[in-house]
Amino acid sequence: MAKVLMKGNEALGEAAILAGCRYYFGYPITPQSELPAYLAKRLPQVDGVFVQAESEVAAINMVYGAASAGARVMTSSSSPGISLKQEGISYIAGAELPCLIVNVMRGGPGLGNINPSQSDYWQATRGGGHGDYRTLVMAPNSVQEMADFTLAAFEYADRFRNPVLMLSDGVLGQMMEPVVMPAPKDYDMDSKKWSLGYTGKDKTARNLCTSIFMGQEELEEHNWSLYQKYQVITDFFKANKDLAVEEYLCDDAEVVLVGYGIISRILKTVVEKCRKRGIKAGLVRPKVLWPFPSDVFAKLADKASKFLVVEMSYGQMVEDVKLAVEGKKPVYFFGRTGGAVPSDFEILNEVDKIVRPD
Amino acid sequence: MKQVFGKTNVLSANPTHYCPGCDHGVVHRLIAESLEELEVADRSIGVAPVGCSVFAYDYFNIDFNQAAHGRAPAVATGIKRTRPDSIVFTYQGDGDLAAIGTAEIIHAANRGENITVVFINNGIYGMTGGQMAPTTLVGMKTQTSPYGRDAATMGSPIRVSEIIATLESPAYVTRVTLNTIANQIKTKKAIKNAFTLQKEKKGFSFVEIVCICPTNWGKKPTDAHKWLTENMLPVFPLGTFKDIHGIEKA
Amino acid sequence: MSKWVINESLCKGCGICIERCPMKILAFAEHLTPKGVHPSSMTDESKCTSCAICAKSCPDVAIQIYKEEK
Repeated sequence: MAKVLMKGNEALGEAAILAGCRYYFGYPITPQSELPAYLAKRLPQVDGVFVQAESEVAAINMVYGAASAGARVMTSSSSPGISLKQEGISYIAGAELPCLIVNVMRGGPGLGNINPSQSDYWQATRGGGHGDYRTLVMAPNSVQEMADFTLAAFEYADRFRNPVLMLSDGVLGQMMEPVVMPAPKDYDMDSKKWSLGYTGKDKTARNLCTSIFMGQEELEEHNWSLYQKYQVITDFFKANKDLAVEEYLCDDAEVVLVGYGIISRILKTVVEKCRKRGIKAGLVRPKVLWPFPSDVFAKLADKASKFLVVEMSYGQMVEDVKLAVEGKKPVYFFGRTGGAVPSDFEILNEVDKIVRPD
Repeated sequence: MKQVFGKTNVLSANPTHYCPGCDHGVVHRLIAESLEELEVADRSIGVAPVGCSVFAYDYFNIDFNQAAHGRAPAVATGIKRTRPDSIVFTYQGDGDLAAIGTAEIIHAANRGENITVVFINNGIYGMTGGQMAPTTLVGMKTQTSPYGRDAATMGSPIRVSEIIATLESPAYVTRVTLNTIANQIKTKKAIKNAFTLQKEKKGFSFVEIVCICPTNWGKKPTDAHKWLTENMLPVFPLGTFKDIHGIEKA
Repeated sequence: MSKWVINESLCKGCGICIERCPMKILAFAEHLTPKGVHPSSMTDESKCTSCAICAKSCPDVAIQIYKEEK
């Protein structure tokens, strides 16, 4: 297939259509408005449905409805809009429905600014909404991955009957890179016999979509089954490490750099520059943020001496790294906020500081 | 002997948890009978709200979705756009529709979604124990307006049907009640009209039903009907505010 | 066979059917149902016209109505 030069947001949109997604409900917010704009044009071309909702709240509830009726459906927003969606995401997780939610992260808190950031890691991985649930969280770092991860996201959503969150940012969404679009998938709504409005001849009882279980035992049983599902998802990514994480030059690394999304691109350059200077640096790039690749860090903590986590925030993923390392080795942190994308020089400086503390 | 009245199979066998005399039970039956008579029950999907009727799905033998508070019209939009041949309706109270859900109902109506909205307006919040609703009458004492609703600081009751009727897209907007058997017959007609329009893909239909809440009004059901007649109906006049396709004359 | 059949376990004793019966032949029964309410009961079936207003008024759809066939 041919390579096409595409903007990250648009590559994601096109990949969604290739995945068989025919329903998008969303609301404009910078820096992701190109995604709804792209789908507003493309979806009618493939007999799909695009609705600009009245708010991000309405949009996530439209997703909840469409997902309950068997659709491959998605929404997108940016940080403050994702905050608005949290109740809806909790409902989707509680009702065990599949869908894709894209967060093109911007600076916060509050209205913040429209520059890129990575300050929604906790919101994404610690639930964000109320209740004891998890969303699968994916973190692409290139336009190609914006496309590839989108197809994977819909497959995971259906396989695990769970919402999937894609963490992008203002840089990834806006940048243009060559991309080879994946092959299209066939999707049939009626393969979901549990969906509302399914009228197949094998339907024996009505279908119900709900997340309320009033009885104590009822709800405890439901939460237990959700917990077991999250174990299944965790085990899946443990068994398929390549899908979960990228390790670069970690085998003999003394300093392990950790970052995701756009930061990981810079960290790769930093690792290479370190190596040229005789510093044995390596990179761990989580591609899936929940479930977190804790076992990878636990293993590396035996061999490596130090970890340096770099984020466009003042430290969220660093806590998961610390938990995974279990105190065996020091975990350092470097962050920039407000939209600053740290340069490789800045990060090299930090590596120097921790490798040569004098 | 031939049977003149019996319970439709579109209603489930479950006894309801509603209070004695509550209008929910009647409205559920009128909806169920309408869906049966229109032969669409097997492709109907209801959207239950948060409120006394949160468990409405336990009382119908049709597909159902339980929605977040106020969001039923958005949920119904997602369902109907995905399954356009299904008959999709929301069933909402005055907190769900007229407080937290004001944006969702206005915009679903404005988009002209081919769904039916059944709005149960009893001027009070039932499930949570009798707090003030956007449709509570001025002067009415509730748990959160213990000295009576004061228009100056708490506003006046909202007439939702009239507001919806100002929009271009809605096909049918009507307000009915159940205080007498004659009015019940009109309510059934209104509900059936609404579902008929949806079946014929003729747009958005809205049926507001002024109902009693005997428990939170502190009245016997029969007294509550009288109180509704004397106090609610002057504020929420019955009538049809929009009927683009003339379904009422059909 | 009766023209007026009530499922007492569904009756909540709301009294609406009693008030609305045009023939005034319904009344609260002396006994209590397992729910602890006095259910509606027929006092004079000979006067029943099978109008079904009681059945239609019942929020719990507790009443079934039959009519004598000619």
